[in-house]
Amino acid sequence: MIFNIEVNDKTIKAKKGDTILETLRKNGITVPTLCNMETFTPTGACRICVVEVEGRDDLVTSCSHPVEEWMKIKTHSPRVIRARRTIVELLLSSHPDDCLYCIRNGCCELQQLARELGIRERRLPVVKPLRKKDPSSASVVRDPAKCILCGRCVRICKDRIGISTLDFIGKGMETTIGPSFNNKLNVSNCINCGQCIMVCPTGALHEKDNISQVMEALQNPEKYVVVQISPTVSISLAEEFGSKAGKEMSGLLISTLRKMGFNRVFKTAFAADIMINQVAEELFQRLENGANLPMFSSDCPAFIKYMEEYHHDLLQNISLCKSPQQIMGSLIKHHYARQQKIKAENIFSVSLMPCTAKKFEAQREENTHKGISDIDTVLTTREVVRLINLFGLDMQQSVPELADSPFAIRSSSGKIIGTSGGVAEAVYRTLYYKLTGKNLVNFKIAPLRVNKNIREFHSKVGNHKIGFAAVNGLENARELINQVKAGRNDLQFIEVMVCPGGCINGGGQPITKNTEIAKARVKNMYDIDEKDSIKVSYKNPAVIDLFGKYTGKEKDSFLEKLTTTYQKRDVLL
Amino acid sequence: MGQIETVLQRFQTNTRDNLLPILQEIQQETGFLSEEAIIKVSGYLKIPTSKIYAVATFYDQFRFTPRAKYRIKICSGTACHITGAENILSQLEKRLNIKAGETSKDAMVSLEISQCIGACGLAPVILVNDTFYAVVTAEKIDEIVDFVKGTSGN
Ligand code: SF4
Ligand code: FES
Ligand code: FES
Repeated sequence: MIFNIEVNDKTIKAKKGDTILETLRKNGITVPTLCNMETFTPTGACRICVVEVEGRDDLVTSCSHPVEEWMKIKTHSPRVIRARRTIVELLLSSHPDDCLYCIRNGCCELQQLARELGIRERRLPVVKPLRKKDPSSASVVRDPAKCILCGRCVRICKDRIGISTLDFIGKGMETTIGPSFNNKLNVSNCINCGQCIMVCPTGALHEKDNISQVMEALQNPEKYVVVQISPTVSISLAEEFGSKAGKEMSGLLISTLRKMGFNRVFKTAFAADIMINQVAEELFQRLENGANLPMFSSDCPAFIKYMEEYHHDLLQNISLCKSPQQIMGSLIKHHYARQQKIKAENIFSVSLMPCTAKKFEAQREENTHKGISDIDTVLTTREVVRLINLFGLDMQQSVPELADSPFAIRSSSGKIIGTSGGVAEAVYRTLYYKLTGKNLVNFKIAPLRVNKNIREFHSKVGNHKIGFAAVNGLENARELINQVKAGRNDLQFIEVMVCPGGCINGGGQPITKNTEIAKARVKNMYDIDEKDSIKVSYKNPAVIDLFGKYTGKEKDSFLEKLTTTYQKRDVLL
Repeated sequence: MGQIETVLQRFQTNTRDNLLPILQEIQQETGFLSEEAIIKVSGYLKIPTSKIYAVATFYDQFRFTPRAKYRIKICSGTACHITGAENILSQLEKRLNIKAGETSKDAMVSLEISQCIGACGLAPVILVNDTFYAVVTAEKIDEIVDFVKGTSGN
């Protein structure tokens, strides 16, 4: 039902069932919010969104009140502004004054509020509870001194990701946010996905910043610095450098990286093609002997840690194949080093990822050989943006260049792995070929592209009945896992990505509230898939060439380096 | 069977509304909520430990360190304050090597500051468990410390 209400002396249209906030937004009226999160039930905790409603003595939180027909609302009356100002002043009274040194300087919601409300001085005495930084995790740094207790991280961690690492601790002035027993993150059940960072309004949660290591390596004449670009990163930078969101910036990024001094630039998507082939082969084998099905995907390190913590009994169901990052890492330090006659320890291998958990993955023992990690440093998309700015480089002024051989070519299967459902689709294409010897006519697997909690695709290939599923978020994964444990057996492959929508929304991506951006990225990934001539991983000529180089014993040891192992983890659940 | 399991057994249904009663009973039996206890409750009720810790830290009634054998309470009401409560506190802190609000590592003694306990005429006063010490002097502090430490040595 549509009706009229009065806002700031003007009549606007409102829809029954909407909140006041939603009504205002639809009419282009901005009211600040802090604790409110789209698609979550409002809590009304922070009160920054208050408005004046005629006939009500108290100010009303617009995010949690339904709009009603009789309402006459003032969104920016002196009284409202005074209230908002006081709230921000109170927040600032227990917030450190170090914006200049803060990682969120320029993109902090608290800073923005203080600016918009014109706060020019400290009116309230400073009350600073002593809170120490927690740098223990390889991926996520917590700085509780900067926390304004909005609770957004707690909610995303519980309701969207489904791991519940963070929660409120204590009450009143003493309240803080942290893992169980206020422990350090590295001993908690945190799976490093970084989604808490994506919703934190301040610098209270941020990625571990590894730019300085990269700078050092670039300065060191002894180091041969190579970098791999994740297929997701190159389409997630565009809007940061003045292009349309979702635009493929691969060529520009490659030339920009070369200007910084990287000796070689490779594409992770090349390794993704290898992964897809290997996973399809592994699945083919498992279908033959009927063991350890369904098989779970292994490329999301956050999902892997979750399985190691909660489902030890299913570890043998995870594909043994390394993630694309780690396949590339191993190829660089072993195959490429030997080929180029460079000592592995002189190579500094950098990886650009949309993901904070990849930092953790790179440090896993399984990915280290004789004390040398395959990947030396992982930079998230956000750090890549900062690095480019640090060098003062203008991406738009660059001339697109190609990546370096032998890891320069990808199929479009290697591209779509960045979005939820993409890995399953890519693996299916290769599996189909393995089972039938034929190429799939219609390569597009629509059921794996729909926006549903659990995407499923069932088909009959040869005399095999094949079921594929793809989920993102652990709530959905848990549901499938429980079904499997209860005996469900019509699924052979399950792809799990922890981040909402997949890596495209990874915890290392530029922070934004604009949900259209992620949609643009997904669309462009599928457009690329549509246009590219090589759509299946088994036809990537560079991969075929690489595998042709190895025979006999050498081949066995080469293949072994593409696999990994998993370990049971004891952490507080 | 351990104390915690015994408590859990008393709650036949493992529904979430039993969380607070369970925590209360565990505290009653064991004196505090240990990590181990919270982990066990988490397994029983299928609630993440972080949530249980969040709930438990919200209520003042729960403690997360074992209750000391000797609990020293120093009154900080106006009368005691004027007659030297602060001095007593700092002396005790030094001699016992713990700060107000803390419990010694061996769980023998804890220090707490309390609101007026209604014995202003006898200020300054302190309580050791249920024993009442009035008009506390330097000698009395020695006496208390010796007593507490002497026993802890045994
Ligand atoms: S879904 Fe992608 S970005 Fe998110 S944790 Fe997994 S691998 Fe990283
Ligand atoms: S945004 Fe409405 S109360 Fe916080
Ligand atoms: S505001 Fe503190 S972590 Fe989100």
